[in-house]
Amino acid sequence: MAISVHQLDDGAWISVDDARRVSVGELRRLARHDFCGCALADVLVEGFVEVGVDPPDIEARVAGQCIACGESGVTDWLAVGRWLDGEFYPVAPESVHLLRRSDGSPTG
Amino acid sequence: MPSKVEGWKDEVYGAEIRERLFEFAEEGWESIPEDEHDAWFERFKWWGLYHQRDGQESYFMMRIGTPNGVLKPGQLRTVAEVADEYARGPVDNPEFGGAYCDWTTRQSIQLHWIRIEDVPDIFEKLESAGLSTIQACGDSWRNIVGCPVAGKDTHEYVDAWPVAEELHEEFKGNELYENLPRKWKVSVTGCDEGCGQGDINDLAFEPARKELDGEQVRGFNVRVGGGLSRKEPRFAKDIDVFCRPENATDVSAGISALFRDHGDRDNRFNARIKFLMDEWGPEKFRAVLQEEYMDYELPTAGEDLREDYTYNAGTQGEHGDHVGVHAQPDGNYYIGLDVLVGRMGVEDVYELADLAEEYGSGEVRLTQRQNAIVTDVPEESLDALLDEPLLEDYSPDPHPFMRGSIACTGTEFCSLSIVETKNRQVRYARWLKDNVELPAGVEDFHVHLSGCTASCAQPQIADVSLRGMKTRKDGEPVEAFDIGLGGGLGEDPHFADWIAMRVAADEVPGYIANVLAAFEDEREGEESFREFVAARDEEALENLAEPAETDYEDPFMHNTKMTWYPYADEDGMDAKPTPARADGSRIPADD
Repeated sequence: MAISVHQLDDGAWISVDDARRVSVGELRRLARHDFCGCALADVLVEGFVEVGVDPPDIEARVAGQCIACGESGVTDWLAVGRWLDGEFYPVAPESVHLLRRSDGSPTG
Repeated sequence: MPSKVEGWKDEVYGAEIRERLFEFAEEGWESIPEDEHDAWFERFKWWGLYHQRDGQESYFMMRIGTPNGVLKPGQLRTVAEVADEYARGPVDNPEFGGAYCDWTTRQSIQLHWIRIEDVPDIFEKLESAGLSTIQACGDSWRNIVGCPVAGKDTHEYVDAWPVAEELHEEFKGNELYENLPRKWKVSVTGCDEGCGQGDINDLAFEPARKELDGEQVRGFNVRVGGGLSRKEPRFAKDIDVFCRPENATDVSAGISALFRDHGDRDNRFNARIKFLMDEWGPEKFRAVLQEEYMDYELPTAGEDLREDYTYNAGTQGEHGDHVGVHAQPDGNYYIGLDVLVGRMGVEDVYELADLAEEYGSGEVRLTQRQNAIVTDVPEESLDALLDEPLLEDYSPDPHPFMRGSIACTGTEFCSLSIVETKNRQVRYARWLKDNVELPAGVEDFHVHLSGCTASCAQPQIADVSLRGMKTRKDGEPVEAFDIGLGGGLGEDPHFADWIAMRVAADEVPGYIANVLAAFEDEREGEESFREFVAARDEEALENLAEPAETDYEDPFMHNTKMTWYPYADEDGMDAKPTPARADGSRIPADD
């Protein structure tokens, strides 16, 4: 089933199936990433730049800043949730995220 | 490919949104199809309605656009009545009560907890008083800003008020310009103090003079492409155009049509005209404007008054912010009142309306520093007005830390914000006032607190810039700020340099105290704070001071964004009383 996924309000949140699901302001830990030099980046999500779907994952490229080293930038694709059987299941922000490059390959 | 928002705008946008908005209001919140929520909420912005953040579904922020901040006699009372009757939420704000009005940094008014069912009644009440929410948000001409005492200012070189009124009349509800690629912010200023903040607007008219046809003409120079958002701040660029006051509408039409046609509709993050100016530069911009959009030869820029600018110019002696008692050219006076973080409880708004009617003409004006001004007060009434109890809370002679404080909406209501803002800035200002001595001669010290990179509190143009962040304290996420120093406007505007990063919110007052102590110890003579910062390199500034815990206590260190309302006793998302029907009862989730 096709679902609607988009970012709104200047990238403040992600809408999935026309409901607000994920907001800016969380810290997300990234492993195997190119975002900064930290082995485990601790990125404050300041905005959602792009959103997409790689079934069942709902993904986003995030504008943010690593609070461990201060590096700012935009991440590769990271899963923020899953769409399974008509339900959205968010990825817990405090979990460790693995990223996917824009060309589809895993990072690291 | 045009963005999704552009697709929604293509279907319905502009004035025609109103009819559907009223149908939804008649039938209630639940009549808005769930799969059309995002599209309709994007469109409602055009009529000044902004759906509040996650946890506050079915409630809206309503913005009323007051050009140049002018509230004509009687209008403030109407605003108070609307706030009193319609802008009450499920839980009171601990500082400001159950109903309040926000004066914004764009001289507009914001009310919260508005229900869609009440919108037709509110519009009727506002419009019968000559007020409107039209284009207060959304992708079009926003509220026009300028010197708040235009037409009543001894500093005035050109009377900009008729120009601002004409632009407001021409471009609000004008279908040629109702759907732009992004927001369109315009400043029109005729005074020599620089308080119109033209440098940070998409389009700015600034006072200037030029000899044309053998005659000295007073008018405006034109700048384009300023703005502060998204860590991409820009000062507006001089496009080398002089404009007679009577040509301001034509020039504005040309420039906003250029933006309409050439702005980026594929990528909203690249859509503001500042990015087009980056790409083109002022010379190409002027050439395209002249060639494609103007039917007369644009004069080159005239002689400006920028060297006289005093507002936020990093100097001492003149504030330029219109707080205090000032003479008008007609022999009356205006009194600028300091409104800390721009928010007034509704009882105080009623009282302010009463005072304006009793002592002045009934007119009240709003400033870009979130303050209010009572105009047209005869000299013989000044003492009695200054003795009024309301002025103890909204002082015409405030302490510099109160006078210098600005804060945006923050996580209380805003989707974008990372941190709590207004109530925190109230606590910061009070603590600084009670605990920190400003160095000798320092009467202006601006601290602007913005919850995120959207920069609604204009943090980059303050002595101390606070931008919402997070950090970890004892391993736990806490609200924090990136801190910048030495920003401001004036003849040579300068964005703050970001110096202390990810400072936990409860250590910010201690940091500011330490910075000011270092400034006092190391400054040369009468050096201003901005000069002091400009004279030091990044390393020296980083070594200037350390964040510090003090006896300041911050009740908002936890993740306020993840609450449904930060000041509720039960603040977790699970406890949210939303979405709600018109009577306030919670609508249960389908599943």
